[in-house]
Amino acid sequence: MSWFEKLLPSKIRTEGNGPKKTVPEGLWTKCESCASVLFRTELERNLDVCPKCNHHMRIGARQRLDHFLDAEPRTEIGAELAPVDALKFRDSKRYKDRLTQAHKDTGENDALIVVRGKLKGMPLVACAFEFRFMGGSMGAVVGERFVRAVNHCLEQRIPLVCFSASGGARMQEGLFSLMQMAKTSAALARLSERGIPFISVLTDPTMGGVSASLAMLGDVNVAEPKALIGFAGPRVIEQTVREVLPEGFQRAEFLMEHGTIDMIVNRHDMRDRIARLLAMLTHQS
Amino acid sequence: MKLNFLDFEQPIAELEAKIEELRFVDSDNAINLSDEISRIEAKSRKLTESIFASLTSWQISQLARHPQRPQMPQYVERIFTDFEELHGDRCFGDDAAVIGGTARLEGRPVMLIGTVKGVDTKEKVRRNFGMPRPEGYRKALRLMQMAERFRLPIFTFIDTPGAYPGVGAEERGQSEAIARNLFAMSTLQTPIICTVIGEGGSGGALAIGVGDRVLMLQYSTYSVISPEGCASILWKSAAKAPEAAEIMAITSERLKGFGLIDEIIPEPLGGAHRDVDAMAREIKRALLASLGELKNTPTEKLLSMRYERLMHFGTYQESANKTTTLMM
Repeated sequence: MSWFEKLLPSKIRTEGNGPKKTVPEGLWTKCESCASVLFRTELERNLDVCPKCNHHMRIGARQRLDHFLDAEPRTEIGAELAPVDALKFRDSKRYKDRLTQAHKDTGENDALIVVRGKLKGMPLVACAFEFRFMGGSMGAVVGERFVRAVNHCLEQRIPLVCFSASGGARMQEGLFSLMQMAKTSAALARLSERGIPFISVLTDPTMGGVSASLAMLGDVNVAEPKALIGFAGPRVIEQTVREVLPEGFQRAEFLMEHGTIDMIVNRHDMRDRIARLLAMLTHQS
Repeated sequence: MKLNFLDFEQPIAELEAKIEELRFVDSDNAINLSDEISRIEAKSRKLTESIFASLTSWQISQLARHPQRPQMPQYVERIFTDFEELHGDRCFGDDAAVIGGTARLEGRPVMLIGTVKGVDTKEKVRRNFGMPRPEGYRKALRLMQMAERFRLPIFTFIDTPGAYPGVGAEERGQSEAIARNLFAMSTLQTPIICTVIGEGGSGGALAIGVGDRVLMLQYSTYSVISPEGCASILWKSAAKAPEAAEIMAITSERLKGFGLIDEIIPEPLGGAHRDVDAMAREIKRALLASLGELKNTPTEKLLSMRYERLMHFGTYQESANKTTTLMM
């Protein structure tokens, strides 16, 4: 706090609790990157990519899968699973209440949606993280749904594609959530042994426990432009090394340069590029 | 070595100081104080027992991170023979936060891997306070794959605050290094026995923690995030760490209750650092017992049991309707 702010009576201080930077639901949206004012419907038609500067905004899991998959057929896997509060976890709010709130905000009952469908006629299973559901955090339901996705791929011998967007493991589930990293990775090891392709698409943001497990284990790791991807959050690193991080640190382009991901693909090209890759990996024309 | 006492051990520390004083007087005086000394010693033991009978999660967390907490090398020299340390990940460097190598357990060759925090300041800095970088995890993976090749059972010893959050670590793929270990350990064709001996810090601990048996020393902890980290996220204040430690269920007892670990190895009265020899004997007994159960298991069965074990982690509700047709 600067000396001037200290002089202000506490009622006037705005530190930390200024107006939240939210864009009101409405006709117009402002691009976070180039500040262009965009017509909402047009933006949606453009897959939530800014037509002016190609900034890829975060999109919901269902919207994501809707863009990605063929219109028919679609069957959801693991929708019958719902989270439980095994630890009776309570901080300033109860975990149960946080779940209820997240359900209200998103209409989902956990942070991963798994759908069996087709991509340009090729059957596959696609899953996507819903970042708005508790930061896309991975708890027992996310882990189990992911494993069911893998099992379905094993049974049907069809490829798996996962779009990740997550802050990491879900603290409110304690060590159970950490173990989901081991669980999902073990399932992917089986898929790999059987020679079934897994394409991991890392979208903004993919951090912590999700990044350090299933998201990095693709036969091909794809990222969306400028997506934030890493193990430790930039703030934690800044506090540890006590220096300002370089521009573009932990962004998709940075990861590509350091050999962590195979390619950066624009959202518009995602269907084409992944379909082409999968066709080659599964020996189809 | 002079014992270091934690806050909650202060009453014990006072008694121990008194004993020390009396011993000093006793040694250069004609008066015999041995009765008095043994009386206070008994009192101190009783007090320790009563304090340690009801430790909070936060107190256990402090014990797990006790400055005198024995580390992997101290156990290795007491439990194993012929330890031959092997260095480097063959790609980038040798991470001193992770040590590994071959050794013998009662004559039988085995592979040892563990994280080490270091004892004095110089060693702590060299070992980066036990926080591995990707090359540490890749060294561990290299040694584990070597163990598989030569059919050596693997023992891992976990004591780390977590994987190092640094610029270089990110550049070299910290996430990938951890993920790769989880992936590979699930199918490694040799028994893996993991023991948390101090602090089991998140993904950085799990990266050498996937196995057929997971054991914990009584006063060690295993958590998805440190109590301080959890508190600063949820309460915006690291001072709430004691509350966070309680709600996250990080102690051996709670984790055993949830079936997330297999066995608790009891510690000597007052914690492992009070009697390292006794602690090492207990660990050795537990490791031999675990190995005994696993060594004759056919590999295929071993792997399917390991897989099933991982698949059972996590509780959730499941409603009746199996599949739903999707509405976007």
